[in-house]
Amino acid sequence: MIAPLKRILAILAKEFIQMRRDRMTFGMMIMVPIIQLTLFGFAINSDPRHLPTAVYLEETSPTVRSIVAAMRQSTYFDIKQQVFDPAEADRLLQNGEVAFVVEVPSGFTRGLLRGDRPQLLLSADASDPSAASGAVGQMNEIVRRALNESLGRGWSSLQGQPPLVDVVVHRRYNPEGITQYNIVPGLLGVILTMTMIMITSMAMTRERERGTLENLLAMPARPWEVMVGKITPYVGVGLIQTGIVLLASTFVFGVPFLGSPWLLLACVGLFIIANLAVGFTFSTIARTQMQAMQMTFFFFLPSILLSGFMFPFRGMPDWAQWIGSVFPLTHFLRAVRGIMLKGADATAVWHNIWPLLIFITVASFIALKRYRVTLD
Amino acid sequence: MTDLAIDVHGLTKRFGDRVAVDNVAIRMPKGQVWGFLGPNGSGKTTTIRMLCGLLKPDAGQGTCLGYDLIADSRQIKRQVGYMTQKFSFWEDLSIRENLEFVARLYELRNIKQVVDQTLETLGLSSRQKQLAGTLSGGWKQRLALAACTLHNPAMLLLDEPTAGVDPQARRDFWDQIHRLAAEGLTVLVSTHYMDEAERCDEIVYIAYGQLMTQGPVSRIIDESGLHTWVAEGPGVRALADRLRGRDGAEHVAYFGSALHVSDSDAAKLDALIASEGGAGTQWRRERPSLEDVFIHLMGQAEDKS
Repeated sequence: MIAPLKRILAILAKEFIQMRRDRMTFGMMIMVPIIQLTLFGFAINSDPRHLPTAVYLEETSPTVRSIVAAMRQSTYFDIKQQVFDPAEADRLLQNGEVAFVVEVPSGFTRGLLRGDRPQLLLSADASDPSAASGAVGQMNEIVRRALNESLGRGWSSLQGQPPLVDVVVHRRYNPEGITQYNIVPGLLGVILTMTMIMITSMAMTRERERGTLENLLAMPARPWEVMVGKITPYVGVGLIQTGIVLLASTFVFGVPFLGSPWLLLACVGLFIIANLAVGFTFSTIARTQMQAMQMTFFFFLPSILLSGFMFPFRGMPDWAQWIGSVFPLTHFLRAVRGIMLKGADATAVWHNIWPLLIFITVASFIALKRYRVTLD
Repeated sequence: MTDLAIDVHGLTKRFGDRVAVDNVAIRMPKGQVWGFLGPNGSGKTTTIRMLCGLLKPDAGQGTCLGYDLIADSRQIKRQVGYMTQKFSFWEDLSIRENLEFVARLYELRNIKQVVDQTLETLGLSSRQKQLAGTLSGGWKQRLALAACTLHNPAMLLLDEPTAGVDPQARRDFWDQIHRLAAEGLTVLVSTHYMDEAERCDEIVYIAYGQLMTQGPVSRIIDESGLHTWVAEGPGVRALADRLRGRDGAEHVAYFGSALHVSDSDAAKLDALIASEGGAGTQWRRERPSLEDVFIHLMGQAEDKS
């Protein structure tokens, strides 16, 4: 009995030594649970509050003001600005600058006092149905309480059961609240992130691991020629993936495609470049393909959790939103959803494109700098 | 134009704190075959990589085939064939695909013809579709040599090309090297085998990054100032332990069944042999072998560092 135990102990000890030597794996084992605990424990919230809201008020009676105040107090709505033009309100909603627009028509207060049940319009950006649902669900209750306080309890109870105000909710861009409308375009970004980063980081690392990179560089190929030659095929792979996802999105899931396909293609191109730059940077750091895999995972995990793909971006605390804003996926998701679901044009998605451009610049700079170092 | 294929001096390369190559100077004429020797980790590979433009030296300068080592590394790469220590062609490409790829990187014309010709010479025409990874060590080495001579280089830099290759393949390989040299190719080849070193026109010996000696084999042996006694017979085994570390026996080493005892001081060595000669052994004076000299040089290098 004792001999097998001794041998098992010997193997055990060897395994621990190797585990400690392999910094990357060791780091993974420690960091991944910490990252997950932090993200799931603190960052993720499926009932987002403080959602940016614009108000379009055709009249501003004390009653209307009390409704706006009650919305703010509910913590669901963050009244960012007052607009004076319905077109401006549309634009804000389409750009994703606000999640809600509250519209109070003229004659609201008069109608209310007459008992006409005037309408109050709440337009919600439902391209992410789960992000909007909490606040939408609370709206009737918020309005009822505001009126109670504004008009006095006795008066409202006199009117009996049906609410005094008819809260009309417009779920824009996804009126039926279909989850697939949000998930499938987002999936495009997730799939591209995963494969582009993994494939490029592995492809380069493989050349180094097998010693063929040295041979390649001893021949007349210049470093940048090697880089371009190695990366370009994967741009093609990325485009094929894009085609597959878009076909499935349209024909299998029936997701609407309102915007310009060319604009989408341009965004996909930028996003692929951004991910290839990350993959290439990883390939200059990782010594083995295993490490390249691990680094990809390290990047992928927070990308998918903090980008707004799985959980509402606006539901996260500020620090998590800042971290999330670093990842190209975050901006790409907004651009794709904007183009496909909201029919956004180039000016509307521009504020999602420039962060991608900055990311590409920085990541390529690091990649090239690291690349030079590894060659030596 | 200069007649020197390699003309470098002060060549130095550091990796962090470690000096891998320290102030090395090599002047090698065109058309010769030189051996590059030294213990493992002595800086042979690093030197070769600097010579073919893969690594930038931290200090030093010079020319390779008349091109400046630092400024013209691209021209150097075009005219040098470099064979890495480890097989570094693509194992998941076929033999033909490997050769074609190399030919296209060098922008050769008539690629099909050149590759066909090479496959013919190699005797691999019938196996051209086989994946390179499935070849045996000897064949891999032949393929590598063929691939790095495909573009008709003026100089070959071979980094331990015969490590792990069987004796017959090793001989064939060297015949090939001499054939290429006869055609005017300059060859610098690093090796650990003394018989290979002896086939070279000259030898460069490097240890701990420093150049220890350089010249034709016979001159290196003469200039070493080493004296050697060779002992044979049944009593040799007991003798070795007794002589090791004694004054007058700088190193004691087996060559086959014979024991070589060497020292720089002839008088001390003779005295030691006379007193410790022992029964059952036959002693004779011999010219030190190249390996004796290298063990001696290695000892000197250790003392220095």
